[in-house]
Amino acid sequence: MTAAVVTPTKRRLGLGVIVPPIVVGVVALLGWELAVNVFDIQKFLLPKPSAIWQALADDWSVIWDGAQKTGWVAISGLIVGVFIAVALALACARFRWVAGAATPLAAALAATPIVALAPIYFKWFGQVEPTAKQAVVVTVVVFPVFVATSRGLLEVDPIHLELMRSYAVGEWRVLREVRVPNALPFFFTSLKVAASLAVIAAIVSEYFGGEQGTLGTIITQSAGLSRYDRAWAAVFAACVLGMALYLLVNLMERLALSWHPSVRGAR
Amino acid sequence: MTAIAIAGVDMVFNAGRPNEVRALQAIDLDVEAGQFVSLIGPSGCGKSTLLRLIADLIEPTAGTVMVNGKSAHRARLDQDYGMAFQSAGLFEWRSVAGNIELPLELRGWDKRKRRERSRELLELVRLGEFADHRPWELSGGMQQRVAIARALAVHPAILLMDEPFGALDEMTREHMQDELVRISAEMGTTVVFVTHSIPEAVFLAHRVVVMSARPGRLTHVIDVPLGARTLDTREDAAFFGCITEVREALRGRTPSMQVVEEA
Repeated sequence: MTAAVVTPTKRRLGLGVIVPPIVVGVVALLGWELAVNVFDIQKFLLPKPSAIWQALADDWSVIWDGAQKTGWVAISGLIVGVFIAVALALACARFRWVAGAATPLAAALAATPIVALAPIYFKWFGQVEPTAKQAVVVTVVVFPVFVATSRGLLEVDPIHLELMRSYAVGEWRVLREVRVPNALPFFFTSLKVAASLAVIAAIVSEYFGGEQGTLGTIITQSAGLSRYDRAWAAVFAACVLGMALYLLVNLMERLALSWHPSVRGAR
Repeated sequence: MTAIAIAGVDMVFNAGRPNEVRALQAIDLDVEAGQFVSLIGPSGCGKSTLLRLIADLIEPTAGTVMVNGKSAHRARLDQDYGMAFQSAGLFEWRSVAGNIELPLELRGWDKRKRRERSRELLELVRLGEFADHRPWELSGGMQQRVAIARALAVHPAILLMDEPFGALDEMTREHMQDELVRISAEMGTTVVFVTHSIPEAVFLAHRVVVMSARPGRLTHVIDVPLGARTLDTREDAAFFGCITEVREALRGRTPSMQVVEEA
């Protein structure tokens, strides 16, 4: 018999993976710097990367402080949102009536623009505590994670279900042995989306109020004071924050899905 | 001893609705312990449905299904049978050994005994060195062998197989047939095997049960007097004789063969 055995070749972070994006990034930055000089672009339209870098260095403590505040709102909101979404998805997979009630509700939640909710949340939870902003993040995170996880829990190979029935085991065991592992890849894909959304939601909600000195307020205030270099530096920090969260989720995925072909590098 | 006794079974899906399907009608069939029975028929004849009734994955509209002298439901709870499907249906988050051990785990076997049993089964299906591989690292034929090993894990007296070799290429398929004949003979397992390949049905079975469609009915039960199967069986004139007999039965003719309306 033909033994078509695939030997797993784990993907490693070699030079071939790291060098190209760095080269592209450096070239883009140089081009940006050059274009601002050559076309004499006003700095309130687009500051030079070197000026942004300078602002980042000068106002490092302010921006670092802001990143921490914004990061806390994004991460705490993300965790709570994911917890709610997963609990809801599990309940839907286990009990049909929950699915009937929760799905339209989650869809309505997703169709609600967060910009509309933020001012209302500030009224509900007050301006002082970060609760209102966390609530915005939760609202944004719940839907994608809930939808993807539900789908992973329900879209199970029918043969797996017949097998489990032939083994005469209960629904909880089916959930544990079949549905949950099946849902993990779906869950992590949605978590990557949610991690980026969480940072965006945190910053947008900061535009509407709450504590000073967050990335969102640094951006609005700096822009108001024509400190565009500092505004851009804060945008840059927000970008780094989003990427850091994304990479963290990626790492978790690799650890949790070590069995999955996408992680083992086959196919 | 009768391993499987099916009496007066009707199966109607969506009864009373416009999309009502009469899948099976008046099915009577006895399978002796240790016997290998192939179910063959055109698509829609209800052969997979019949297999699922024996497995108690679905319940008949009328009639009774007895397995090892008890109800099919009881037999399922007692894990009297193992089952294999057209696709291997392995759990990709489990290793090859982990897949075979799943039914044992669910029955509460301790880890050492599970390891022992899965090693034994992997030797049986000649995949000894693949215990720690992932299912997707194996070829289709190898995956199917793992699925068969899994079906055999709890020492079932009965094996229910739904076109398990249907997706394999011809050479792999014949090889798998040889293995299955060897394994089931070694263990004295009763096998009910659904297929739509006539040579496969004949090569494997002691008896070939021929079904017709809409509604699904048993039309012929043909004994296959081929004795122990060897590599030469497929070139034997008697083998081709049986194939012709089954083919004629499928075409709805009733020539020299024994027509059994199952007394």
